Amino acid sequence: MLPKAEFVHWWFATGFLIIGLLLLAEAFVGEEAWGRRPWRPYLWPSFAFVMGVLMWPVMVFFTSSTIHMLAHGSWAQVMMLAGAAELGLVRGKLHSPYWRLCTALAFVVSGAAFLIHEQNGWLYARSAFLHHLIGWTLVTGAVFPLLRSFRPRASALQTGFALVFIVLSVSLYCDRDIAPVFGHLSPVAGEPHR
Amino acid sequence: MESHFATEAAAQLRRQSPRAVAVNSIGPLTMLGGVAWAFLQPYRLTILHPYAQGFWWLLSEPPLYVIAVGIVFALVLAPGLLEDLEEVEDAAEG
Repeated sequence: MLPKAEFVHWWFATGFLIIGLLLLAEAFVGEEAWGRRPWRPYLWPSFAFVMGVLMWPVMVFFTSSTIHMLAHGSWAQVMMLAGAAELGLVRGKLHSPYWRLCTALAFVVSGAAFLIHEQNGWLYARSAFLHHLIGWTLVTGAVFPLLRSFRPRASALQTGFALVFIVLSVSLYCDRDIAPVFGHLSPVAGEPHR
Repeated sequence: MESHFATEAAAQLRRQSPRAVAVNSIGPLTMLGGVAWAFLQPYRLTILHPYAQGFWWLLSEPPLYVIAVGIVFALVLAPGLLEDLEEVEDAAEG
């Protein structure tokens, strides 16, 4: 009855693609034009928050081990925290720009969770490769939300921040549970898929 | 008549700032990415061979998701954003 894990990855990839494109558009037009319609600044933080909420059922229904459950739970928490902090800033309920550090924290925690919960090496299977790739993308990409907390109007940082989401989206779209990566698949990984 | 419209369209494009061109290209480029993916991996589109596919396989068409995101961006978000950008740029020019 339940959808396969890769379908859920593709749905989340679509969510991250939407967030990435919204952030990219904001980086291109600048804060002033982006904020001309009052609903627009709420878009990407709302997506992040809702995706954090949706990660809870993923944690409940799709995790088969404690370490997977902890990883999915940590993603749910930090996505909700980052979304809520950005929503609070947009709404004016939060004033300090350092609340944006919650997003940097979300990147680091999410990346670490990817790296820690993947028990296999890079070339074990495609999912293992993508876990390592996404983990390091998020850990190194955390520099963009970190610096953005101190220089929120820097368009290069905004663009980099957006591109991390787009890379994350492409990586999640590539996900197949048991599939070769660069022609290699561990013989103990299981029945290969396309 | 058609050449008049083409000239108008070309003039409109020339008037757009680089930022407007960038925003305008996000939706089409995203759609193009989805279309390219569909051609590269047609087996990802179960709608092309729907027999004996389950509900979730028929719902999960990732290249179509990408195309849909591009279409929604181009039709829903970009027009208003371009209007606002033009206003901001006009105001800055005085």
